Amino acid sequence: MYPSRFHYEAPSTLDEAFEAIEAYGDEAKILAGGMSLIPLIKLRFAAPACIVDINNIPGLDYLEEESDGSLRIGALCRHRTLERSSLLRNNYPVMFATAPLIADPMVRNRGTLVGSICHADPQGDWASVMLSLGGEIIARNAEGRERSIPVSQFVVGPFQNSLQTGEIAVAAKVPPARGTRTGTYLKLERRVGDFATVGVAINLEMSGGTINRAGIALTGVGGNNIQCTSAEQSLAGKSLNASTIDQAARLAADAAQPKNDVRGSIEYKRHIVYTFVQRGLSSREARAA
Amino acid sequence: MAQALDEIKIGGLGASRKRVEDDRFLVGKGNYIDDFKLPGMLHMEILRSPLAHARIKSIDTSKAWQIPGVHMVLTGDMAAQHNLAWMPTISYDTQPVLATDKVRFQGQEIACVVADDPYIAKDGCEAIVVEYEPLPVIVNPYQAVAEGAPIIRDDKEGQTDNICYRWEVGDREGTERAFAQADLVSKIELHYPRSHPSPIECCGSIADYNAATTKLTVYMTTQAPHIIRAAVAIVAELPEHMIRVISPDIGGGFGNKVPVYPGYVCSILCSILLARPVKWIEDKTGNLISTHYARDIYYKGELALRKDGKILGVRFHCDTDNGMSFSDAQPTKFKIGLIHSAFAAYGIPFGYMTAQGHYTNKAPGGVAYRCSFRVTEAMFFQERQIHAAADDLGMDQAEFRRVNLVKDDQFPFRTPYGFLLDSGQYEKCLDVALNAIGYKEFLREKEEARAQGRRLGIGISTMTEPLGAGNSREYDILGIKMFDSAELRVHPSGKAILKIGSKTQGQGHETTFAQIVTHELGIPAADILVQHGDTDNTPFGMGTYASRSTPTAGAATSMVARKIRAKARKLAAHLLEVSDEDVEWELGRFYVRGAPNRGVTIQECAMAAYGNMPDGMEPGLENNAYYDPPNMTWPFAAYIVTVEVDPETGVWDVLRMVAVDDCGVRINPMIVEGQIMGGMAEAFAMANMQFITYDAEGNCVGSNYMDYLLPTAWETPGFELHEVVTPSPHHPIGAKGIGECACVGGPAAFVNAVHNALDDLRIRNIDMPLLPHRVWEAMKYKRDVSGMPPLKTEAG
Repeated sequence: MYPSRFHYEAPSTLDEAFEAIEAYGDEAKILAGGMSLIPLIKLRFAAPACIVDINNIPGLDYLEEESDGSLRIGALCRHRTLERSSLLRNNYPVMFATAPLIADPMVRNRGTLVGSICHADPQGDWASVMLSLGGEIIARNAEGRERSIPVSQFVVGPFQNSLQTGEIAVAAKVPPARGTRTGTYLKLERRVGDFATVGVAINLEMSGGTINRAGIALTGVGGNNIQCTSAEQSLAGKSLNASTIDQAARLAADAAQPKNDVRGSIEYKRHIVYTFVQRGLSSREARAA
Repeated sequence: MAQALDEIKIGGLGASRKRVEDDRFLVGKGNYIDDFKLPGMLHMEILRSPLAHARIKSIDTSKAWQIPGVHMVLTGDMAAQHNLAWMPTISYDTQPVLATDKVRFQGQEIACVVADDPYIAKDGCEAIVVEYEPLPVIVNPYQAVAEGAPIIRDDKEGQTDNICYRWEVGDREGTERAFAQADLVSKIELHYPRSHPSPIECCGSIADYNAATTKLTVYMTTQAPHIIRAAVAIVAELPEHMIRVISPDIGGGFGNKVPVYPGYVCSILCSILLARPVKWIEDKTGNLISTHYARDIYYKGELALRKDGKILGVRFHCDTDNGMSFSDAQPTKFKIGLIHSAFAAYGIPFGYMTAQGHYTNKAPGGVAYRCSFRVTEAMFFQERQIHAAADDLGMDQAEFRRVNLVKDDQFPFRTPYGFLLDSGQYEKCLDVALNAIGYKEFLREKEEARAQGRRLGIGISTMTEPLGAGNSREYDILGIKMFDSAELRVHPSGKAILKIGSKTQGQGHETTFAQIVTHELGIPAADILVQHGDTDNTPFGMGTYASRSTPTAGAATSMVARKIRAKARKLAAHLLEVSDEDVEWELGRFYVRGAPNRGVTIQECAMAAYGNMPDGMEPGLENNAYYDPPNMTWPFAAYIVTVEVDPETGVWDVLRMVAVDDCGVRINPMIVEGQIMGGMAEAFAMANMQFITYDAEGNCVGSNYMDYLLPTAWETPGFELHEVVTPSPHHPIGAKGIGECACVGGPAAFVNAVHNALDDLRIRNIDMPLLPHRVWEAMKYKRDVSGMPPLKTEAG
């Protein structure tokens, strides 16, 4: 398959990257992992005039906890790094559960979390995870000014984000936990590498059996990743028991907006949302915390 | 006395010799079609229809011609000037090369652009403007025969409906009598969904027409180079001796690379028109949406049963969805392949079947995807029907099969549809499989699990398959009889080159066929080079598909080696100064009867053939053989699968899978096992995820590898392999075909296992693939689930 003609820039500093995107405006496209962008241009579904490859820019490939307890994920941090991180295993169970379910090993070697969220595919997993964690995207402009955009406001439509022209998403951020985190990501896929038929991200921040903050978000059952606000609120301040779990699962299923397609019927997908929220909240880890 | 050769050590019959092909494949030194670069070569890309059914109002190519680097923009009207807008199919229909009047499926070829590089050629395609007038779309056979359905093939004079063939075989009246005597009639209806063989390497060709010599050389991805040469000669009206087809290393065929495709024809025409080499490399979407599909048959069948489990008769009807042309790759005499091999193994006295083909707005095809001409469908229908019948009788699945399978002393056995089963030990295969899986124990485990709300299931499937077409009496393609050939040259030093008419696409012919020569002559396999795939340099053959290579070209290899041995015997007698009758043979060596120490090796005979032949003997040690098989070879297999179904999600996991294959004598056991595992992986794929469907507008769902799902190592279960050996009585070394058995017989084992897990819910059938949402729907509503297109896609 042969893409349309495009200009290729491989800057070695962020400043050079800003110059390139300034020259091409909306016709410029950032390439980090390229795991969605390359197939799109290969099929000529996308034909950007300029590709700005940021892989040569130092200082963007990191995963670190800040002093205030928040987590920062650099724009070039690969899924593979997340998959193997002991920090995530210990403190960010929903992220640690998600990383190995992203696409396949080859994609995980190249693809990035920040790129995935910028791509804003409604079937992308990371945006749901970040919604459940209350995460943000850090956008930076040519003047070096950074702003934080909650993921709930960053992903604004299918394949649409709220970056302004001239901005580059340089990192994602997860705020400090209110208590101990438990959680998981459950994904129904037809095959390794498939997009989710249904994905459910669950993040609970608890103290002594009480839920301080609940995050529940859905993948693949709407035009966007869906944050299940009602289900989240139903759990806040409560503890997990059969009744609270069932109520949250029902509210989450109501929040889904699935369509009939080759992956299943509306009814089936709602049922899976219910089942997965129920399973996720009933897991031993969730109950133990 | 000279030590006897160890046949296994020198790579003969039964040696699990490593594949010689792998040395080049594993280090990236294979030569696939896209690796070839010829001087002055141009690149061709194809413009395809986005619509499934539409009248073409206009095609404007002017902008494409203006792009620098574009050499040719070929349309259907231009092809028509060379009588090439349409071409014949193997099933005596016609298929468009480039559309002129209408487009009849999504992905149909409309024009092609030849340019300096493929990027420019693609730009050229994008610059072509086509105006369409959309027409109503048909995506299944029932829509095709519905009142008021548009006539898809209005190009064909006298075609007033969407039916492309009708066919019947068997004894209608005898079968009716059998049904009249039945205690119980068991019925089932189901759909074997459309699938695509989907070799990883797509199709492609480089046509190189030399205007000075008028020789046309075509490098192409074909499983059957000799037949293609004949077809090109007929279609393009070129002299056959001036056409050379070279089929280099092929990245998988699975039946997809048997037919002639428009891309090949266009590259040839463009090369002739431009007098330059023209390369066409198909992309994945092009391959999946336009080249020949497989399956897509709707089955309605019934069995006449006696209370004790004996099957008295079988009757079935198949509606095939043939797409926009009747292009089945099959022997001339048969309209729905060898589907009447269904139920062959069950010793049923009476049978009758009918079939009807339908034009739809889908890609044409009907290739034998890893099977012998629609036998995969035959065995799937058979085993689903058998499964339902055992349940209807309240009889154990294994016992019902045992009662009906052909017994060892009944061979050769004539089936009600006219086949002659050559040999087998069917019950033994079944028993080995039942023991291996622990049948009775599993049934107990299943009951215990059920009591805890878990759903376990076990599925049995048996298969047999007519492999190795011919014989030439009954089997031909385009009038050419289905035999095969081999040519063997033993050089002075005793090293040999074997040339065969079949063509490997990953089956390991270069390894296996040398082993046959080793078995016959005692020349170490490492000293034998196997060549194939070049029509100028190999003997005529029908190609490799339908597991026919070992039964035909393999047999020809034995026969030519025996001719060589006969001449070598005379040379040995000369060297040993005795008469021919006093020479005895053991592997690799002749010796004087009664004096085993006095002998000469086959290598010494070879040298003598060139340097010391007796007076009056023609020099040299080479020969050829054409082998016309007296019958098909009939392998048999019993496959058993156990599964667990998640009652809440419909997801099912394979617990165990046991395969017992009897393919006669195994030439290279490792390659045989590889074939079984590969076939079983595809069987699992069919049952679990792999299919192509269409929405109501005729959009192909499955046009890339994100939508057309092939299982990875992660999903594919492990397989436990066992063997039974019943040599074929008519094959020179007792071998039978094996390349496809697991793909043919496997799907029903998985599907039966899932149905068995739901056996309390009175569900007759869930169509493949058994996607989680289909299984869930069946469980929730206790009803059958159909997979017939169009796909339901409306928003909710």
